[in-house]
Amino acid sequence: MSEHRDYAGGKLGMWIFLFTEILLFGGLFLLYAAYLHRYPADFNAGGKQLDVVLGAANTIILITSSFTVAASITALRLGQTARCLWLLAATVALALGFLVNKFFEWSAKIGHGIYPGSQHLLQMPPGENLFFGLYYAMTGLHGLHVLIGATLLSVTAALVRKGRVTQGNFGLLENAGLYWHLVDLVWIFLFPLFYLIA
Amino acid sequence: MDHGNVGGLGFLAPAPGRKGLLSWIGTTDHKRIGLLYMGCVGFMFFCGAALGMILRLKLMTPGSTLVGPQTYNAMFTLHGVIMIFLVVIPSIPASLGNILLPLQIGAEDVSFPRLNLFSWWLYVLGATLAVVSIFTGSGAPDTGWTFYVPFSERTTTNVSLAVTAVTILGFSSILTGLNFVTTIHRLRAPGMTWTRLPLFVWSLYATAWIQVLATPILGITLVLVFAERVLNLGLFDPGRGGDPLLYQHLFWIYSHPAVYIMVLPAMGVISDIIPVFARKNIFGYKMIAFSSLAIAFAGSLVWAHHMFTSGMSDTAVLVFSFLTFIVAIPSAIKVFNWVSTLYKGSISVEPPLLFSLGFIFMFSVGGLTGLVQGAAGTDIHVHDTYFIVGHFHYVIFGGTGLGMFAALHFWLPKIFGRMYDRGVAKLSFWIILVGMNVLYFPMFILGLEGLPRRYYDYLPKYAHGQVLSTIGSWILAVGLVIMFANLYRGMRRGPLAGDNPWGAATLEWTTSSPPPTNNFEVEPVVTHGPYDFRGVARHE
Repeated sequence: MSEHRDYAGGKLGMWIFLFTEILLFGGLFLLYAAYLHRYPADFNAGGKQLDVVLGAANTIILITSSFTVAASITALRLGQTARCLWLLAATVALALGFLVNKFFEWSAKIGHGIYPGSQHLLQMPPGENLFFGLYYAMTGLHGLHVLIGATLLSVTAALVRKGRVTQGNFGLLENAGLYWHLVDLVWIFLFPLFYLIA
Repeated sequence: MDHGNVGGLGFLAPAPGRKGLLSWIGTTDHKRIGLLYMGCVGFMFFCGAALGMILRLKLMTPGSTLVGPQTYNAMFTLHGVIMIFLVVIPSIPASLGNILLPLQIGAEDVSFPRLNLFSWWLYVLGATLAVVSIFTGSGAPDTGWTFYVPFSERTTTNVSLAVTAVTILGFSSILTGLNFVTTIHRLRAPGMTWTRLPLFVWSLYATAWIQVLATPILGITLVLVFAERVLNLGLFDPGRGGDPLLYQHLFWIYSHPAVYIMVLPAMGVISDIIPVFARKNIFGYKMIAFSSLAIAFAGSLVWAHHMFTSGMSDTAVLVFSFLTFIVAIPSAIKVFNWVSTLYKGSISVEPPLLFSLGFIFMFSVGGLTGLVQGAAGTDIHVHDTYFIVGHFHYVIFGGTGLGMFAALHFWLPKIFGRMYDRGVAKLSFWIILVGMNVLYFPMFILGLEGLPRRYYDYLPKYAHGQVLSTIGSWILAVGLVIMFANLYRGMRRGPLAGDNPWGAATLEWTTSSPPPTNNFEVEPVVTHGPYDFRGVARHE
């Protein structure tokens, strides 16, 4: 097969893929909406037990990383490969920072006996059990996406270094950046729904 | 029309560089990937049909015969999982769609050929896991293909692996849909405007959108079932505040639109075949194209009609009942337009047309009985009875199945360059049609008499219908064996077919049979619509 490069086609495919990702999370958001409607008081009580400072820190980390990835695309388009790589490295570092932060947050919660199926959670009112069930399901799925996004950005950075993704052929970097923005966007919804609901 | 290479192997010829099996399982040629799908789907169809035959044989007599109750539960679950996720959903779009979509729009391949191969590998992985789930763990899944909670969370059988398999199959389906949408937008040949697209392409387009928009919901739902089993989240557990009804909503948000993933491509096939054998432009091209999109849209808003007896509010029941009737409109538009196309046409009764007419008949019966369930009042009576089983087998097997068979008879000479025995094909059609009706029609009566679906045992008063239905399954099996043997023989040893044996006007018939690896010697320029037969001659 002859190699043909279709920039607009690649972008279209990526946007459709992002849409499927939104729908994937959409199923969970739907459950959240239904259960929030049924147990507003319990969700309020659950939200009070989450650490707003840690959540806010992670929000700032992700928004900053969205900026660095966007800047890396501009850098590559201007032909500044070194700066592009530097910015991508910063993005991946921020992603890892997010995950480390998340790790401590989850560990603390599990340390307090709040984890799926735990005895402590079973004694709480049903709404709080659901709140934390959704908390683990949604932030867990989001964390998985952070991991995938960081991997994707690392692979793209390697291809930029090898000269396979260049000033004239930046489609892959742009698509990886779009994916990263989606990961960021999902978090922007998760943060208020879990941390600020109280 | 003659390319002077009649009898050539085209894309089937051994590819330079890669040899043997690797030239197939590592190919990015959409036609080879399509054939890979076709082989897998065919094999899985055989497995699913064999399970169905054993179920029917067991049901011929009441009481404990042939298989035990647990085995019976596992068998109808697997019959459903295999037939829905491994056969019907990929049947037309992933196999024939892959082969024909680029050919019909004058493209060299799909937009993302490697992604296309990746989809196939995901399908193989999902199929393998589904089969492995039967033999490992503590018993084959016994939940029915719908994996309803809370039973699917509590049963000790191998549900976790089965839902993983179905999730993977879902992603395969999403990627195929994404690929098709992009291909149709980006790779149409010069002159191939949206109103010159063959209607099969339009139906694939509508299908691809449903695959993209609905399947992620199934993905997350089954991931949640998995998480519930492994992590014990309690999201659907009423004991801990969860609501099992929400599972049903999420499940049907995908699984009802999935019904249209199954039937829309078959409708596209029929829309392509009927004008060719009526030698007449399709009646109402734009309405048929539009109705595909309308079905895709309206079909996404009717999911809760599977839940009329689940205890949701009366308002919800009325709204979903009303929306369900709306879907009947675009479906009826198609049926009337096909019949109008035949009116005063110059009809030649060839096997593809016979199977298409069979589709219209079976789909009409299936569609009209669907309305019985769409009406909230009558649904209470027939819900979860054999009436439902009859209804969806009429639509899915009588509809999509016959559509697939019509497509095989129509495009086999294009794909393999050879023709099957048309007399035998017609004979097999009649046997299949009779078999299907003897098999499935008694189910309507059994259902109205109150026989619940999925039950292992039944009262003696239902015995007559069960016996008749089982006899039908034997007739159907005979017809299927004759049909597949005839197609296989034609594929291997049939007389050479020309580039355009039916005198069709769509682009795939302008290239040689089988098509070359790059599809067209020169990039085609489209100057007329897909059903404009002026100047198109049969070439056998």
